[in-house]
Amino acid sequence: MSAPTVTRATRASSVATVIALIALVLLAAAPWWAGRADMRLMGEILLYLSLACLWNLMAGYAGLVSVGQQAFVGFGGYMLFALTIFGGLHPIAAIIAAGGLAAIVSIPIATLIFRLKGAYFAIGTWVIAEVFRLSFAQVSALGGGSGSSLPVGIVKSLAASRSGREALSYWLALGAAVVVISAVYLFLRSRRGLALTAIRDSEVAASGLGIDIWRTKLEVYVVTSAFTAIIGGLIFLQKLRISPDAAFSVNDWTAFVIFIVVIGGIGTLEGPIIGTLLFFALRETLADFGTIYLMVLGLVAIVVMLKAPKGVWGLIRDRFDLELFPLSYRVRTATDKGA
Amino acid sequence: MPDLLTLHALDAHYGDFQALFGIDMTLADGEVIAIIGANGAGKTTMLRSISGLLRNRADQIVYRGQPIGALRADRVAHLGIALVPEGRQLFPSLSVEENLLLGGKVGRPGPWSMEKVFGLFPILEERRRQASTSLSGGQQQMVAIGRALMANPDFVMFDEVSLGLAPVVIKSIYDALPDIVGEGMTAMIVEQDISKALSVSSRVYCLQEGRVSLEGRTKDVTHDQITQAYFGVAA
Amino acid sequence: MIEWVGVIVQGTLLGGLYALFAAGLSLIFGVMRLVNIAHGDLIVLAAYLGLSTTMMLDVHPFVALIVVMPLMAGIGYALQRGVLNQTLGPDILPPLLVTFGLSVILQNALLEGYTADPQKLNGGAIETASLSAGGLAVGVLPLLTFVVAVAMIACLQWIFYKTSLGRGFRAVSDNQDIAQIMGLNKAHVFGLAMALALAVTAIAGILLGMRTSFDPAIGGGRLIFGFEAVIIGGLGSLWGTLAGGVILGVAQTIGAKIDPGWQLLAGHIAFLVVLAVRPNGLFPRVEH
Ligand SMILES: Nc1ncnc2c1ncn2[C@@H]1O[C@H](COP(=O)(O)OP(=O)(O)O)[C@@H](O)[C@H]1O
Ligand SMILES: [Mg+2]
Repeated sequence: MSAPTVTRATRASSVATVIALIALVLLAAAPWWAGRADMRLMGEILLYLSLACLWNLMAGYAGLVSVGQQAFVGFGGYMLFALTIFGGLHPIAAIIAAGGLAAIVSIPIATLIFRLKGAYFAIGTWVIAEVFRLSFAQVSALGGGSGSSLPVGIVKSLAASRSGREALSYWLALGAAVVVISAVYLFLRSRRGLALTAIRDSEVAASGLGIDIWRTKLEVYVVTSAFTAIIGGLIFLQKLRISPDAAFSVNDWTAFVIFIVVIGGIGTLEGPIIGTLLFFALRETLADFGTIYLMVLGLVAIVVMLKAPKGVWGLIRDRFDLELFPLSYRVRTATDKGA
Repeated sequence: MPDLLTLHALDAHYGDFQALFGIDMTLADGEVIAIIGANGAGKTTMLRSISGLLRNRADQIVYRGQPIGALRADRVAHLGIALVPEGRQLFPSLSVEENLLLGGKVGRPGPWSMEKVFGLFPILEERRRQASTSLSGGQQQMVAIGRALMANPDFVMFDEVSLGLAPVVIKSIYDALPDIVGEGMTAMIVEQDISKALSVSSRVYCLQEGRVSLEGRTKDVTHDQITQAYFGVAA
Repeated sequence: MIEWVGVIVQGTLLGGLYALFAAGLSLIFGVMRLVNIAHGDLIVLAAYLGLSTTMMLDVHPFVALIVVMPLMAGIGYALQRGVLNQTLGPDILPPLLVTFGLSVILQNALLEGYTADPQKLNGGAIETASLSAGGLAVGVLPLLTFVVAVAMIACLQWIFYKTSLGRGFRAVSDNQDIAQIMGLNKAHVFGLAMALALAVTAIAGILLGMRTSFDPAIGGGRLIFGFEAVIIGGLGSLWGTLAGGVILGVAQTIGAKIDPGWQLLAGHIAFLVVLAVRPNGLFPRVEH
C-alpha cells in the first residue's frame, strides 16, 4: 500500500471547475443569446458578486468589518468621471487608474482607522465614506451635490453602437468578477492568505508564528479598496450618471453586500456566490414590495447570523462535506485515490 | 448526617477536551472536605461545574435533594452555594466595600454582614474605600473570602486560597477558617498545598487527570497513599 | 469677534445633543462591549414615537416623554434579551451584523409607517424663545438641551458609581462569570443596561425632533455623531463623552460659519485629527 497523499482537490471541486468553465463560456456569449434587460441584470449581478467577494475577504478572513466600502465604490465612480472628463483618459484606462489611486488613498486612511478596534473600526470606515461623500459634493466641476452625467463623447469612445457599448460593459463586469474571484482564491491559497486565516482563527497564534498582523491587514485593506474602486468605476460606467448620494450610498454598496455575504456564508469563498444568487432571486420576486423587501432581507440576515452563522453555504457544506474552492488540505489514502 | 451535596458521575468538557470523568462525591451537612490534586487535575473545573459556570446534566449535581447540574450560576448562588475563585478575581472597578456589597447581592439571611467580615479581617475596614486592585495579594484574598461570605452561603468552595501568598499570610487566612466554618457552614477546600488542606478538613478527595484517585478520612490516609494518588506513581 | 463667540456658544450647546446621542452608545459599550449600529435609528424611532404621542394625546413633546421614555426602555430590554444577548461573545461579527440588520429593518419600518416626508415635533414657543446677554443671543431650546445633557450625564455617572444597579453594571463588565456567581443574571443586567441606554435615547430623540426636522433615513448620521463624540472623548468616560460632543458641535458650527457645505465635514475632520494625534481620545478612562 502506498503512503497517503495530501491534496486540496476533491471530486466536487473538480466537477465545480468543469461546470464553472462551461458557465463562463455561456456567460461570455451572453451578448449573442440574452436580451438587453437580462444582460443589464447579469452585469449588475456580476458586479455585486465582485463587491461581495471583496467584502468577504476583508470581513470574513481579515476580520476588518467595514460598513464604509461605499467610500471606494463612489471614489471609483467619481474617478471614472473626473479622469475621462478632465484627464481625457479612455474610460477603461480611467477605471484602472481609479484602482491605483484608491490604493494610494487607502493607505493613510488605514493608518488612521486601524487605530479603532472591532466594531468601532466599522463605524470609522463609515465616517470615511461620509467624508468622501461630503467632499465630492463640494466639487462643483463634477456637479456638486446634484452630480453629473458622463458626456456623450466619452460614452461613444467606448463603442460606436449602443449594443456594442452594452456588450462591452457587460464583458468588463464579467471579466472583473472572474479576476476578483480568482485573485481572492489565489490569495487565500498563498502563504499570506493562510496567514490571514491564521489571524482570523487566532491572533495570538498568528503573532506567535511571526506573522505581522497589522501589515497583512493593511495589504488586504489596500488591495480590496483598489478592486472596490475598479468595480465602482464599472458600476457607474453602466449607470452613466453619478451623484454623491448614489455613489456613496451605504444601503446600495454596503448593506446589500453585507446581506449577500451573511446569507450566503461569511468566511467561505462559495458564500458570496450563493448569496448573490439568492439576493437577486429575492429581489426579482419581492422588489415590488419596496420597504417590506428590505425588512425581510434584514430579518433573514439576522436570523442567519443567529441560527446559522456560516450561512446557506455553511449548511450545505456541513451536510454534504463539499468544498468547491479547495482551500483546505485533505489526506487521501491510497485506496480511495485509486477509485 | 444528611447529604448536602452529591456528585453523580460528573463529566465536564471544554470543547472536545474532556476535563472530568465520572466524578462521584458526597458532602454531609456541616462537613469540611479537602480536594487535592496536581495542577491541571480538574479541581477548578469541578468547582466551576458545581457553581453553574459549566453546565451539566441536571442530575449530575444534587444539592439538598434538588438536581442543580443544569442551573445557571446565578440561580445556584441563590441556593446558598458560594465560591472563592482561584486567583481571587475581584472586580477591579469596584472598591473593597463594593466588592463585598456585591457579594451580598443574593440577599440571603444569616450571620454574615459587612461588619462581621470587617471583624474577621480588620485591615479591610481601613481599606474599604480603596480600589480592590490597590490591595496586597493577601488582602485581596480576604476580600474574595469576605465577598463569598456576604452571601450567607450554606456551602462555600475555596479554590487555592493560598496560591501566590507568603506563608505568614497563608497562616493568617487559615487561622480565620475555623471562625468561618464554625458557623455550621459546609466547606470544600481545594489546595495544592496538601498539609494545609488536610489540617482543616475531616475527609479528603484526591483528583488526578479528571478522576477521583483517592478518597478517605483525613486521619486514615497515609502519606504514601497521597503521593500515589497525587502523582499517579508509587512513592 | 462677538460673532465668533456666538458660534462657539452655539456649537457647545449643539454638543449637548451629541453627548446625548453618545451617552447611550457609551453606556452599552461600557457594560457589554456591544457597539449598536442601530443606535441612530433608535434615536429616530424615539422621535417618531414622540410624534405619534404628541398627535394622539395632543400634548407637548416634553410631556410625551412620559410615554416615550418607558416605551423605549421596554423596547431596549426586550431587544437585548430577545436578540442581542445571543450575539454577545468573543466574535465581533454577530453583534455588528445583527445590529446592522436591525438598522435596516427599523429604517424601512419607519418609512413604511411614516413615509419619507420630513417631520418635526412642535415645541411651541420654546423653539423660538431666546435669552440675550452682552450682545449674545442664545436659544432657550439649545440651552435647555445642553442643560439636560449635563444632567443626564451626571445622572448616569451617579447610577454607575453610586447605586447597586451601577455596581452590577461594573461587575458584569469586569468579569461576567464571577458576577454570575455572585447571583447576578447577566442577561437581565444587560437588558437593564440597554433599557437605560434607550431611555436616554428617548430624550435625545425628542430634543432632536424639536430642534430639526427628521426623516427615517437620518439615523446613520446620528450614530456617527454619537460615535465621534465617544471616540473624541475617550472610551469609557461619560464626562469625556460630553466633552467629545462639545468639540464635535463646535467644529461643526465653525465649519458651517465658513461655508454651510462644510458643517458636517468640519466635524468629521475634527474627529480624524483627534484620532491621528490622540488615538485613545482626549479623556480616556484611567484604570485604577
Ligand atoms: N477554559 C479552558 N479551556 C480548555 N481547557 C481548559 C480550560 N480550563 C481548564 N482546562 C483544562 O482542563 C484541565 C483541568 O483544569 P483545571 O480544572 O483548571 O485544573 P486544576 O484546577 O486542578 O489545576 C486542564 O488540563 C486544563 O488544561
Ligand atoms: Mg485550579
